[in-house]
Amino acid sequence: MIDQKTIEHIAKLARLKVTPEEATEYGEQLTKVLAHFQQIASLDTSNIEPLVTPSEIDFFAREDIVKQENTTEEMVKNAPDKAGNLFKVPPVV
Amino acid sequence: MDLIQASFKQVSDAVKSKKISATEVTQFFLNRAEKLNPKLNAYIAMNESALNDAKAVDEKIAKNENVGPLAGVSFGIKDLLCTKNLRTTAASKILSNFIPPYDASVVARLKSSGAIVLGKLNLDEFAMGSSNETSFFGKCYNPWNTAYVPGGSSGGSASAQAARIAMGTIGTDTGGSIRQPASFCGVVGIKPTYGRVSRYGIIAYASSLDQAGPIVSSVEDAALTLEVICGHDDKDSTTSTKKVPEFSKNLNTNVKGMKIGLVKQYQNNDLLHPDITKTYHAAIEELKKAGAEFVEVSIPLTEFAVPMYYLIAASEASSNLARYDGVKYGYRSEFKDLSSLSLDDFYAQTRGEGFGKEVKRRIMLGTYCLSSGYYDAYYNKACQVRRLLREQYLDVFKNCDALLSPVTTSPAFKVGERSADPLKMYLNDIFTTSTNLAGLPGMSVPFGFSAEGMPIGVQLTGAHFEEQKILNLAYTLESMSSAKGRTPNVF
Repeated sequence: MIDQKTIEHIAKLARLKVTPEEATEYGEQLTKVLAHFQQIASLDTSNIEPLVTPSEIDFFAREDIVKQENTTEEMVKNAPDKAGNLFKVPPVV
Repeated sequence: MDLIQASFKQVSDAVKSKKISATEVTQFFLNRAEKLNPKLNAYIAMNESALNDAKAVDEKIAKNENVGPLAGVSFGIKDLLCTKNLRTTAASKILSNFIPPYDASVVARLKSSGAIVLGKLNLDEFAMGSSNETSFFGKCYNPWNTAYVPGGSSGGSASAQAARIAMGTIGTDTGGSIRQPASFCGVVGIKPTYGRVSRYGIIAYASSLDQAGPIVSSVEDAALTLEVICGHDDKDSTTSTKKVPEFSKNLNTNVKGMKIGLVKQYQNNDLLHPDITKTYHAAIEELKKAGAEFVEVSIPLTEFAVPMYYLIAASEASSNLARYDGVKYGYRSEFKDLSSLSLDDFYAQTRGEGFGKEVKRRIMLGTYCLSSGYYDAYYNKACQVRRLLREQYLDVFKNCDALLSPVTTSPAFKVGERSADPLKMYLNDIFTTSTNLAGLPGMSVPFGFSAEGMPIGVQLTGAHFEEQKILNLAYTLESMSSAKGRTPNVF
Protein backbone atom coordinates (compact mmCIF):
# COMPACT_ATOMS: atom_id res chain seq x y z
CA MET A 1 0.00 0.00 0.00
CA ILE A 2 1.40 3.36 -1.00
CA ASP A 3 0.15 5.82 1.60
CA GLN A 4 -0.07 9.61 1.45
CA LYS A 5 3.23 10.01 3.28
CA THR A 6 5.03 7.88 0.70
CA ILE A 7 3.42 9.79 -2.15
CA GLU A 8 4.55 13.08 -0.62
CA HIS A 9 8.06 11.72 -0.24
CA ILE A 10 8.18 10.48 -3.85
CA ALA A 11 6.77 13.77 -5.15
CA LYS A 12 9.48 15.61 -3.25
CA LEU A 13 12.21 13.39 -4.72
CA ALA A 14 10.73 13.92 -8.20
CA ARG A 15 10.44 17.70 -7.68
CA LEU A 16 6.75 17.54 -8.54
CA LYS A 17 4.08 19.60 -6.89
CA VAL A 18 0.98 17.44 -6.58
CA THR A 19 -2.38 18.57 -5.25
CA PRO A 20 -3.99 16.61 -2.37
CA GLU A 21 -6.52 15.16 -4.87
CA GLU A 22 -3.71 14.06 -7.20
CA ALA A 23 -1.84 12.53 -4.25
CA THR A 24 -4.88 10.41 -3.34
CA GLU A 25 -5.42 9.36 -6.94
CA TYR A 26 -1.76 8.49 -7.57
CA GLY A 27 -1.59 6.60 -4.26
CA GLU A 28 -4.52 4.38 -5.23
CA GLN A 29 -3.36 3.86 -8.81
CA LEU A 30 0.27 3.14 -7.98
CA THR A 31 -0.80 0.68 -5.30
CA LYS A 32 -2.87 -1.20 -7.85
CA VAL A 33 -0.23 -1.08 -10.58
CA LEU A 34 2.61 -2.19 -8.29
CA ALA A 35 0.50 -5.00 -6.83
CA HIS A 36 0.09 -6.32 -10.37
CA PHE A 37 3.78 -5.80 -11.20
CA GLN A 38 4.78 -7.62 -8.01
CA GLN A 39 4.49 -10.88 -10.01
CA ILE A 40 8.11 -10.58 -11.18
CA ALA A 41 9.22 -11.08 -7.56
CA SER A 42 8.47 -14.79 -7.90
CA LEU A 43 11.11 -15.26 -10.65
CA ASP A 44 14.52 -16.62 -9.73
CA THR A 45 17.19 -14.15 -10.79
CA SER A 46 20.02 -15.12 -8.47
CA ASN A 47 23.44 -14.41 -10.03
CA ILE A 48 21.87 -12.78 -13.08
CA GLU A 49 23.51 -9.57 -14.27
CA PRO A 50 20.96 -6.83 -14.98
CA LEU A 51 20.61 -6.09 -18.70
CA VAL A 52 20.50 -2.50 -19.85
CA THR A 53 21.54 -2.42 -23.52
CA PRO A 54 19.55 -5.10 -25.34
CA SER A 55 21.42 -5.58 -28.63
CA GLU A 56 25.09 -6.30 -29.29
CA ILE A 57 26.62 -2.92 -29.82
CA ASP A 58 30.25 -2.25 -30.51
CA PHE A 59 30.31 0.83 -28.30
CA PHE A 60 32.07 3.32 -30.40
CA ALA A 61 33.73 6.37 -28.92
CA ARG A 62 34.34 9.22 -31.33
CA GLU A 63 37.59 11.15 -31.36
CA ASP A 64 37.61 13.73 -28.60
CA ILE A 65 37.80 16.77 -30.83
CA VAL A 66 36.03 20.05 -30.13
CA LYS A 67 33.66 21.03 -32.94
CA GLN A 68 31.95 24.39 -33.09
CA GLU A 69 28.46 23.30 -34.11
CA ASN A 70 26.31 25.61 -32.02
CA THR A 71 26.84 29.09 -30.69
CA THR A 72 26.21 30.08 -27.08
CA GLU A 73 23.56 32.45 -28.30
CA GLU A 74 21.68 29.62 -30.02
CA MET A 75 21.91 27.39 -26.98
CA VAL A 76 20.50 29.93 -24.53
CA LYS A 77 17.89 31.48 -26.78
CA ASN A 78 15.12 29.20 -25.38
CA ALA A 79 15.74 30.22 -21.75
CA PRO A 80 12.59 31.57 -20.05
CA ASP A 81 14.60 34.20 -18.17
CA LYS A 82 18.22 35.20 -18.62
CA ALA A 83 20.79 37.91 -18.06
CA GLY A 84 23.21 37.96 -20.97
CA ASN A 85 24.23 34.36 -21.42
CA LEU A 86 23.31 33.41 -17.86
CA PHE A 87 20.12 31.65 -16.74
CA LYS A 88 18.16 33.41 -14.02
CA VAL A 89 17.06 31.23 -11.08
CA PRO A 90 16.00 31.79 -7.46
CA PRO A 91 18.86 32.45 -5.02
CA VAL A 92 20.80 29.24 -4.39
CA VAL A 93 23.23 30.49 -1.75
CA MET B 1 0.64 11.50 -61.29
CA ASP B 2 -1.49 9.96 -58.53
CA LEU B 3 0.42 11.23 -55.50
CA ILE B 4 -1.82 9.30 -53.10
CA GLN B 5 -0.95 5.90 -54.55
CA ALA B 6 2.57 6.50 -55.88
CA SER B 7 5.56 4.96 -54.10
CA PHE B 8 8.42 7.07 -52.75
CA LYS B 9 10.61 5.79 -55.56
CA GLN B 10 8.09 6.73 -58.25
CA VAL B 11 7.69 10.24 -56.84
CA SER B 12 11.40 10.74 -56.32
CA ASP B 13 12.17 9.50 -59.86
CA ALA B 14 9.50 11.82 -61.28
CA VAL B 15 10.91 14.76 -59.32
CA LYS B 16 14.45 14.01 -60.47
CA SER B 17 13.36 13.71 -64.11
CA LYS B 18 11.36 16.96 -63.75
CA LYS B 19 8.01 15.35 -64.57
CA ILE B 20 6.73 16.98 -61.40
CA SER B 21 8.49 19.41 -59.07
CA ALA B 22 9.18 18.91 -55.37
CA THR B 23 7.30 22.18 -54.88
CA GLU B 24 4.17 20.78 -56.54
CA VAL B 25 4.33 17.60 -54.46
CA THR B 26 4.75 19.61 -51.26
CA GLN B 27 1.91 21.97 -52.18
CA PHE B 28 -0.37 19.01 -52.87
CA PHE B 29 0.16 17.55 -49.40
CA LEU B 30 0.02 20.95 -47.67
CA ASN B 31 -3.38 21.55 -49.30
CA ARG B 32 -4.59 18.12 -48.30
CA ALA B 33 -3.42 18.62 -44.72
CA GLU B 34 -5.10 22.01 -44.55
CA LYS B 35 -8.38 20.43 -45.60
CA LEU B 36 -8.31 17.21 -43.57
CA ASN B 37 -6.27 17.98 -40.48
CA PRO B 38 -9.05 19.85 -38.63
CA LYS B 39 -11.01 16.56 -38.48
CA LEU B 40 -8.03 14.51 -37.30
CA ASN B 41 -5.74 16.81 -35.30
CA ALA B 42 -2.82 14.76 -36.59
CA TYR B 43 -0.50 17.75 -37.03
CA ILE B 44 0.51 19.94 -34.10
CA ALA B 45 2.19 22.40 -36.47
CA MET B 46 3.07 22.75 -40.13
CA ASN B 47 6.54 23.65 -41.34
CA GLU B 48 6.30 27.24 -42.59
CA SER B 49 9.38 26.79 -44.75
CA ALA B 50 8.30 23.51 -46.40
CA LEU B 51 7.78 25.18 -49.78
CA ASN B 52 11.14 26.95 -49.58
CA ASP B 53 12.81 23.64 -48.73
CA ALA B 54 11.09 22.04 -51.73
CA LYS B 55 12.20 24.89 -53.95
CA ALA B 56 15.78 24.30 -52.84
CA VAL B 57 15.50 20.64 -53.93
CA ASP B 58 14.11 21.73 -57.31
CA GLU B 59 16.96 24.20 -57.75
CA LYS B 60 19.51 21.48 -57.05
CA ILE B 61 17.86 19.29 -59.67
CA ALA B 62 17.89 22.17 -62.17
CA LYS B 63 21.65 22.41 -61.61
CA ASN B 64 22.05 18.62 -62.01
CA GLU B 65 23.21 18.24 -58.43
CA ASN B 66 22.75 15.00 -56.52
CA VAL B 67 19.54 15.09 -54.43
CA GLY B 68 19.25 11.64 -52.87
CA PRO B 69 16.74 8.79 -52.89
CA LEU B 70 13.84 10.64 -51.24
CA ALA B 71 13.91 13.76 -53.43
CA GLY B 72 10.65 15.64 -53.00
CA VAL B 73 9.04 13.04 -50.71
CA SER B 74 7.13 14.93 -48.03
CA PHE B 75 7.35 13.65 -44.49
CA GLY B 76 5.43 14.36 -41.33
CA ILE B 77 7.65 13.97 -38.28
CA LYS B 78 6.48 12.88 -34.83
CA ASP B 79 6.84 15.92 -32.60
CA LEU B 80 9.30 14.04 -30.42
CA LEU B 81 12.14 14.54 -32.91
CA CYS B 82 13.95 17.87 -32.82
CA THR B 83 13.67 19.97 -35.96
CA LYS B 84 15.97 22.96 -36.33
CA ASN B 85 14.11 26.27 -35.96
CA LEU B 86 10.76 24.41 -35.96
CA ARG B 87 8.97 24.17 -32.62
CA THR B 88 9.24 20.71 -31.01
CA THR B 89 6.94 20.02 -28.09
CA ALA B 90 6.72 16.28 -27.25
CA ALA B 91 2.99 17.22 -27.05
CA SER B 92 3.71 18.66 -23.61
CA LYS B 93 3.02 22.03 -22.03
CA ILE B 94 6.52 21.94 -20.57
CA LEU B 95 8.04 22.14 -24.09
CA SER B 96 5.22 24.11 -25.69
CA ASN B 97 7.56 26.98 -26.62
CA PHE B 98 10.76 25.06 -27.39
CA ILE B 99 12.54 25.78 -30.67
CA PRO B 100 15.44 23.37 -31.18
CA PRO B 101 18.75 24.81 -32.38
CA TYR B 102 19.51 21.56 -34.24
CA ASP B 103 17.96 18.64 -36.17
CA ALA B 104 17.68 15.11 -34.80
CA SER B 105 20.00 12.85 -36.83
CA VAL B 106 16.97 11.06 -38.34
CA VAL B 107 15.61 14.41 -39.56
CA ALA B 108 19.03 15.50 -40.85
CA ARG B 109 19.36 12.24 -42.82
CA LEU B 110 15.89 12.60 -44.32
CA LYS B 111 16.64 16.18 -45.36
CA SER B 112 19.98 15.32 -46.89
CA SER B 113 18.30 12.56 -48.91
CA GLY B 114 15.99 15.16 -50.45
CA ALA B 115 12.92 14.67 -48.24
CA ILE B 116 10.80 17.66 -47.23
CA VAL B 117 9.55 18.13 -43.66
CA LEU B 118 5.85 19.03 -43.93
CA GLY B 119 5.09 19.42 -40.25
CA LYS B 120 5.14 17.97 -36.76
CA LEU B 121 2.78 15.19 -35.76
CA ASN B 122 0.71 14.66 -32.64
CA LEU B 123 1.52 12.02 -30.02
CA ASP B 124 0.77 11.06 -26.45
CA GLU B 125 2.63 13.49 -24.19
CA PHE B 126 6.31 12.43 -24.12
CA ALA B 127 5.26 9.27 -26.04
CA MET B 128 3.58 7.91 -22.90
CA GLY B 129 0.35 6.33 -24.01
CA SER B 130 -1.37 3.96 -26.40
CA SER B 131 -4.24 6.13 -27.65
CA ASN B 132 -2.95 9.65 -28.36
CA GLU B 133 -5.37 10.94 -25.73
CA THR B 134 -2.77 12.56 -23.45
CA SER B 135 -1.46 15.24 -25.83
CA PHE B 136 -1.40 18.81 -24.49
CA PHE B 137 -2.52 19.83 -28.00
CA GLY B 138 -5.67 17.71 -27.95
CA LYS B 139 -6.60 14.19 -28.95
CA CYS B 140 -5.89 12.85 -32.42
CA TYR B 141 -8.49 10.76 -34.27
CA ASN B 142 -8.50 7.68 -36.47
CA PRO B 143 -9.31 8.56 -40.12
CA TRP B 144 -11.15 5.24 -40.62
CA ASN B 145 -13.70 6.41 -38.06
CA THR B 146 -13.13 9.48 -35.94
CA ALA B 147 -15.02 7.97 -32.99
CA TYR B 148 -11.96 5.71 -32.56
CA VAL B 149 -8.44 6.39 -31.32
CA PRO B 150 -5.56 6.18 -33.82
CA GLY B 151 -3.48 4.31 -31.22
CA GLY B 152 -0.32 5.67 -29.70
CA SER B 153 1.98 7.00 -28.92
CA SER B 154 2.72 7.77 -32.61
CA GLY B 155 -1.01 8.37 -33.21
CA GLY B 156 -0.50 11.52 -35.28
CA SER B 157 1.95 9.70 -37.56
CA ALA B 158 -0.39 6.75 -38.21
CA SER B 159 -3.46 8.98 -38.58
CA ALA B 160 -1.70 11.33 -41.04
CA GLN B 161 -0.37 8.40 -43.03
CA ALA B 162 -3.73 6.63 -43.26
CA ALA B 163 -5.39 9.89 -44.39
CA ARG B 164 -2.45 10.57 -46.75
CA ILE B 165 -1.89 14.04 -45.43
CA ALA B 166 1.80 13.17 -45.60
CA MET B 167 3.56 10.93 -48.10
CA GLY B 168 5.47 9.31 -45.27
CA THR B 169 5.87 9.72 -41.53
CA ILE B 170 8.36 8.99 -38.79
CA GLY B 171 7.30 7.58 -35.45
CA THR B 172 9.11 6.26 -32.40
CA ASP B 173 8.55 3.01 -30.54
CA THR B 174 9.41 2.41 -26.88
CA GLY B 175 6.87 -0.34 -26.13
CA GLY B 176 4.83 -0.57 -29.33
CA SER B 177 4.32 3.08 -30.27
CA ILE B 178 4.98 2.50 -33.99
CA ARG B 179 3.43 -0.95 -34.41
CA GLN B 180 0.19 -0.45 -32.46
CA PRO B 181 -0.95 2.79 -34.17
CA ALA B 182 0.14 1.39 -37.55
CA SER B 183 -2.14 -1.59 -36.89
CA PHE B 184 -5.04 0.61 -35.69
CA CYS B 185 -4.79 2.85 -38.78
CA GLY B 186 -4.09 0.21 -41.45
CA VAL B 187 -0.57 1.32 -42.40
CA VAL B 188 2.91 -0.23 -42.29
CA GLY B 189 5.17 0.49 -39.32
CA ILE B 190 8.58 -0.87 -38.42
CA LYS B 191 10.66 -0.51 -35.28
CA PRO B 192 14.25 -1.37 -36.16
CA THR B 193 16.70 -3.27 -33.95
CA TYR B 194 17.89 -1.25 -30.95
CA GLY B 195 21.04 0.48 -32.19
CA ARG B 196 20.08 0.65 -35.88
CA VAL B 197 18.80 4.23 -35.77
CA SER B 198 20.39 7.19 -34.03
CA ARG B 199 18.50 8.57 -31.04
CA TYR B 200 20.38 11.89 -31.22
CA GLY B 201 17.89 14.73 -31.06
CA ILE B 202 14.95 12.48 -30.18
CA ILE B 203 13.39 13.58 -26.91
CA ALA B 204 14.15 10.67 -24.59
CA TYR B 205 11.45 8.65 -22.88
CA ALA B 206 13.23 5.37 -22.00
CA SER B 207 16.67 5.42 -23.58
CA SER B 208 17.31 1.67 -23.50
CA LEU B 209 14.04 0.98 -25.36
CA ASP B 210 13.45 3.96 -27.71
CA GLN B 211 13.90 3.55 -31.49
CA ALA B 212 12.57 5.63 -34.38
CA GLY B 213 11.19 4.15 -37.57
CA PRO B 214 8.88 4.78 -40.53
CA ILE B 215 5.08 4.62 -40.52
CA VAL B 216 4.22 4.55 -44.22
CA SER B 217 1.78 3.08 -46.74
CA SER B 218 3.80 0.19 -48.14
CA VAL B 219 6.57 -2.22 -47.23
CA GLU B 220 8.66 -0.88 -50.12
CA ASP B 221 8.45 2.68 -48.78
CA ALA B 222 9.35 1.39 -45.29
CA ALA B 223 12.42 -0.39 -46.67
CA LEU B 224 13.61 2.69 -48.57
CA THR B 225 13.11 4.98 -45.56
CA LEU B 226 15.04 2.56 -43.35
CA GLU B 227 17.99 2.67 -45.75
CA VAL B 228 18.13 6.42 -45.25
CA ILE B 229 17.69 6.63 -41.47
CA CYS B 230 19.64 3.55 -40.29
CA GLY B 231 23.36 3.43 -39.62
CA HIS B 232 26.05 4.49 -37.21
CA ASP B 233 26.03 8.04 -35.89
CA ASP B 234 28.97 9.59 -34.06
CA LYS B 235 26.47 11.47 -31.94
CA ASP B 236 24.86 8.33 -30.49
CA SER B 237 27.37 5.81 -29.15
CA THR B 238 24.68 3.12 -28.93
CA THR B 239 24.29 3.02 -32.73
CA SER B 240 25.75 -0.04 -34.39
CA THR B 241 28.58 0.19 -36.92
CA LYS B 242 27.05 -2.77 -38.83
CA LYS B 243 26.55 -2.16 -42.53
CA VAL B 244 23.00 -1.21 -43.47
CA PRO B 245 21.63 -3.59 -46.14
CA GLU B 246 19.95 -2.28 -49.29
CA PHE B 247 16.59 -3.20 -47.83
CA SER B 248 14.46 -2.00 -50.75
CA LYS B 249 16.62 -3.62 -53.43
CA ASN B 250 16.64 -6.92 -51.53
CA LEU B 251 12.85 -7.05 -51.12
CA ASN B 252 11.29 -10.26 -52.43
CA THR B 253 8.38 -12.59 -51.77
CA ASN B 254 10.41 -15.77 -51.78
CA VAL B 255 9.66 -17.02 -48.28
CA LYS B 256 9.71 -20.70 -49.20
CA GLY B 257 11.29 -22.74 -46.42
CA MET B 258 11.41 -19.83 -43.98
CA LYS B 259 10.68 -20.98 -40.46
CA ILE B 260 8.22 -18.87 -38.53
CA GLY B 261 7.62 -19.26 -34.81
CA LEU B 262 4.22 -18.88 -33.18
CA VAL B 263 4.66 -17.97 -29.54
CA LYS B 264 2.82 -20.49 -27.36
CA GLN B 265 2.15 -17.92 -24.64
CA TYR B 266 0.27 -15.70 -27.12
CA GLN B 267 -2.20 -18.38 -28.18
CA ASN B 268 -5.63 -18.62 -26.63
CA ASN B 269 -5.18 -15.38 -24.72
CA ASP B 270 -8.52 -14.58 -23.03
CA LEU B 271 -8.32 -10.96 -24.11
CA LEU B 272 -8.02 -11.73 -27.84
CA HIS B 273 -10.82 -10.21 -29.91
CA PRO B 274 -12.27 -12.74 -32.42
CA ASP B 275 -11.53 -10.43 -35.39
CA ILE B 276 -7.87 -10.29 -34.32
CA THR B 277 -7.70 -14.09 -34.12
CA LYS B 278 -9.34 -14.37 -37.53
CA THR B 279 -6.85 -11.98 -39.17
CA TYR B 280 -3.89 -13.63 -37.48
CA HIS B 281 -4.97 -17.12 -38.63
CA ALA B 282 -5.57 -15.84 -42.16
CA ALA B 283 -1.99 -14.52 -42.24
CA ILE B 284 -0.66 -17.90 -41.12
CA GLU B 285 -2.61 -19.66 -43.89
CA GLU B 286 -1.39 -17.26 -46.58
CA LEU B 287 2.25 -17.61 -45.53
CA LYS B 288 1.84 -21.40 -45.51
CA LYS B 289 0.59 -21.19 -49.10
CA ALA B 290 3.72 -19.19 -49.94
CA GLY B 291 5.83 -22.04 -48.60
CA ALA B 292 6.75 -20.81 -45.13
CA GLU B 293 6.89 -23.36 -42.32
CA PHE B 294 5.42 -22.82 -38.87
CA VAL B 295 6.64 -24.08 -35.52
CA GLU B 296 5.34 -23.46 -32.04
CA VAL B 297 7.90 -21.81 -29.77
CA SER B 298 7.85 -21.10 -26.07
CA ILE B 299 9.01 -17.79 -24.58
CA PRO B 300 7.63 -18.09 -21.03
CA LEU B 301 8.91 -14.72 -19.81
CA THR B 302 6.80 -12.82 -22.36
CA GLU B 303 4.05 -13.24 -19.76
CA PHE B 304 5.99 -10.82 -17.56
CA ALA B 305 6.69 -8.30 -20.34
CA VAL B 306 4.20 -5.65 -19.23
CA PRO B 307 5.44 -5.37 -15.62
CA MET B 308 9.06 -5.52 -16.78
CA TYR B 309 8.45 -2.86 -19.39
CA TYR B 310 6.63 -0.40 -17.16
CA LEU B 311 9.11 -0.76 -14.29
CA ILE B 312 12.07 -0.11 -16.61
CA ALA B 313 10.43 2.53 -18.82
CA ALA B 314 9.05 4.52 -15.89
CA SER B 315 12.41 4.40 -14.09
CA GLU B 316 14.30 5.64 -17.14
CA ALA B 317 11.62 8.27 -17.77
CA SER B 318 11.83 9.65 -14.24
CA SER B 319 15.54 10.15 -14.81
CA ASN B 320 15.29 11.45 -18.40
CA LEU B 321 12.54 13.94 -17.57
CA ALA B 322 14.50 15.43 -14.67
CA ARG B 323 16.01 17.86 -17.19
CA TYR B 324 12.76 19.81 -17.59
CA ASP B 325 13.22 22.31 -14.83
CA GLY B 326 12.10 25.68 -16.22
CA VAL B 327 15.66 27.00 -16.26
CA LYS B 328 17.33 26.32 -19.59
CA TYR B 329 14.35 26.08 -21.95
CA GLY B 330 10.67 25.25 -22.00
CA TYR B 331 7.78 26.29 -19.77
CA ARG B 332 8.38 28.11 -16.50
CA SER B 333 5.63 28.74 -13.98
CA GLU B 334 4.67 32.41 -13.53
CA PHE B 335 6.58 33.65 -10.51
CA LYS B 336 6.12 37.19 -9.29
CA ASP B 337 9.35 37.31 -7.38
CA LEU B 338 12.21 34.82 -7.68
CA SER B 339 14.16 36.23 -4.74
CA SER B 340 11.88 34.87 -2.02
CA LEU B 341 11.53 31.42 -3.61
CA SER B 342 13.48 28.23 -2.92
CA LEU B 343 14.96 26.45 -5.94
CA ASP B 344 13.10 23.23 -5.01
CA ASP B 345 9.74 25.00 -4.92
CA PHE B 346 10.60 26.66 -8.23
CA TYR B 347 11.24 23.25 -9.83
CA ALA B 348 8.24 21.53 -8.23
CA GLN B 349 5.75 24.20 -9.25
CA THR B 350 7.06 24.45 -12.82
CA ARG B 351 7.07 20.67 -13.26
CA GLY B 352 3.73 20.20 -11.49
CA GLU B 353 2.11 22.61 -13.95
CA GLY B 354 4.13 21.67 -17.03
CA PHE B 355 3.60 17.91 -17.08
CA GLY B 356 0.27 16.20 -17.76
CA LYS B 357 -1.33 13.55 -15.57
CA GLU B 358 0.01 10.41 -17.23
CA VAL B 359 3.55 11.80 -17.41
CA LYS B 360 3.44 12.67 -13.72
CA ARG B 361 2.07 9.22 -12.92
CA ARG B 362 5.01 7.58 -14.71
CA ILE B 363 7.57 9.93 -13.13
CA MET B 364 6.11 9.02 -9.71
CA LEU B 365 6.18 5.29 -10.51
CA GLY B 366 9.75 5.50 -11.79
CA THR B 367 10.98 7.63 -8.89
CA TYR B 368 9.46 5.10 -6.49
CA CYS B 369 11.13 2.17 -8.29
CA LEU B 370 14.53 3.89 -8.16
CA SER B 371 14.21 5.15 -4.60
CA SER B 372 16.26 3.83 -1.72
CA GLY B 373 14.81 0.55 -0.42
CA TYR B 374 12.91 -0.31 -3.61
CA TYR B 375 15.63 -0.17 -6.29
CA ASP B 376 16.57 -3.84 -5.97
CA ALA B 377 13.02 -5.15 -5.78
CA TYR B 378 11.75 -3.23 -8.79
CA TYR B 379 14.21 -1.62 -11.21
CA ASN B 380 17.13 -3.97 -10.74
CA LYS B 381 14.89 -7.05 -10.63
CA ALA B 382 13.20 -5.99 -13.89
CA CYS B 383 16.61 -5.56 -15.56
CA GLN B 384 17.65 -9.04 -14.43
CA VAL B 385 14.47 -10.60 -15.81
CA ARG B 386 15.08 -8.59 -18.97
CA ARG B 387 18.36 -10.45 -19.53
CA LEU B 388 16.57 -13.79 -19.11
CA LEU B 389 13.85 -12.73 -21.54
CA ARG B 390 16.46 -11.76 -24.11
CA GLU B 391 18.16 -15.16 -23.69
CA GLN B 392 14.85 -16.94 -24.31
CA TYR B 393 14.44 -14.96 -27.54
CA LEU B 394 18.02 -15.71 -28.65
CA ASP B 395 17.35 -19.43 -28.12
CA VAL B 396 14.18 -19.29 -30.19
CA PHE B 397 15.93 -17.50 -33.06
CA LYS B 398 18.47 -20.33 -33.29
CA ASN B 399 15.70 -22.33 -34.97
CA CYS B 400 13.46 -19.62 -36.38
CA ASP B 401 13.71 -16.86 -38.95
CA ALA B 402 10.93 -14.72 -37.50
CA LEU B 403 7.91 -14.74 -35.20
CA LEU B 404 4.34 -13.98 -36.22
CA SER B 405 1.80 -12.70 -33.71
CA PRO B 406 -1.07 -10.27 -33.29
CA VAL B 407 -0.04 -6.65 -32.64
CA THR B 408 -2.75 -5.99 -30.06
CA THR B 409 -5.53 -7.91 -28.36
CA SER B 410 -8.25 -5.81 -30.02
CA PRO B 411 -8.76 -3.47 -32.98
CA ALA B 412 -8.78 0.30 -32.35
CA PHE B 413 -10.99 1.18 -29.38
CA LYS B 414 -13.25 4.16 -28.99
CA VAL B 415 -12.04 7.55 -27.78
CA GLY B 416 -12.37 7.75 -23.99
CA GLU B 417 -13.10 4.05 -23.60
CA ARG B 418 -9.96 2.99 -21.73
CA SER B 419 -8.21 6.10 -20.54
CA ALA B 420 -9.69 6.10 -17.02
CA ASP B 421 -7.88 3.01 -15.75
CA PRO B 422 -4.07 3.15 -16.13
CA LEU B 423 -3.52 -0.56 -15.42
CA LYS B 424 -6.04 -1.58 -18.07
CA MET B 425 -4.36 0.78 -20.52
CA TYR B 426 -0.91 -0.65 -19.70
CA LEU B 427 -2.12 -4.20 -20.32
CA ASN B 428 -2.93 -3.23 -23.94
CA ASP B 429 0.78 -3.51 -24.64
CA ILE B 430 1.04 -7.24 -23.97
CA PHE B 431 2.27 -8.28 -27.46
CA THR B 432 4.56 -5.35 -28.26
CA THR B 433 6.71 -4.50 -25.22
CA SER B 434 8.88 -7.64 -25.14
CA THR B 435 10.30 -6.74 -28.57
CA ASN B 436 11.73 -3.51 -27.13
CA LEU B 437 12.95 -5.22 -23.95
CA ALA B 438 14.92 -7.71 -26.07
CA GLY B 439 16.02 -4.99 -28.57
CA LEU B 440 14.56 -6.87 -31.57
CA PRO B 441 13.15 -5.44 -34.81
CA GLY B 442 9.37 -5.64 -35.10
CA MET B 443 6.80 -4.50 -37.60
CA SER B 444 3.10 -4.29 -38.22
CA VAL B 445 1.62 -4.89 -41.66
CA PRO B 446 -2.11 -4.42 -42.41
CA PHE B 447 -3.90 -7.69 -43.07
CA GLY B 448 -7.61 -7.37 -42.33
CA PHE B 449 -10.54 -5.46 -40.92
CA SER B 450 -12.82 -5.81 -37.95
CA ALA B 451 -16.57 -6.24 -38.31
CA GLU B 452 -16.82 -2.50 -37.55
CA GLY B 453 -14.52 -1.74 -40.48
CA MET B 454 -11.43 -0.86 -38.45
CA PRO B 455 -8.06 -2.06 -39.79
CA ILE B 456 -6.09 -4.89 -38.19
CA GLY B 457 -2.39 -5.60 -38.65
CA VAL B 458 -0.22 -8.59 -37.86
CA GLN B 459 3.16 -8.38 -36.16
CA LEU B 460 6.45 -9.81 -37.37
CA THR B 461 9.43 -9.96 -35.04
CA GLY B 462 12.96 -10.71 -36.21
CA ALA B 463 16.32 -11.57 -34.69
CA HIS B 464 18.70 -8.67 -33.96
CA PHE B 465 19.66 -6.82 -37.18
CA GLU B 466 17.50 -9.16 -39.33
CA GLU B 467 15.10 -6.47 -40.56
CA GLN B 468 15.34 -7.83 -44.11
CA LYS B 469 13.66 -11.11 -43.18
CA ILE B 470 10.64 -9.47 -41.57
CA LEU B 471 10.44 -6.94 -44.41
CA ASN B 472 10.30 -9.80 -46.94
CA LEU B 473 7.64 -11.63 -44.94
CA ALA B 474 5.65 -8.40 -44.68
CA TYR B 475 6.11 -7.81 -48.41
CA THR B 476 4.68 -11.27 -49.05
CA LEU B 477 1.72 -10.69 -46.74
CA GLU B 478 1.11 -7.29 -48.29
CA SER B 479 0.98 -8.82 -51.79
CA MET B 480 -1.72 -11.26 -50.62
CA SER B 481 -3.64 -8.92 -48.36
CA SER B 482 -7.24 -8.01 -49.01
CA ALA B 483 -6.47 -4.82 -47.05
CA LYS B 484 -4.07 -3.58 -49.74
CA GLY B 485 -5.21 -0.45 -51.53
CA ARG B 486 -8.17 0.13 -49.20
CA THR B 487 -8.16 3.68 -47.90
CA PRO B 488 -10.30 5.39 -45.28
CA ASN B 489 -13.36 7.25 -46.39
CA VAL B 490 -12.12 10.72 -45.45
CA PHE B 491 -11.56 11.89 -48.98
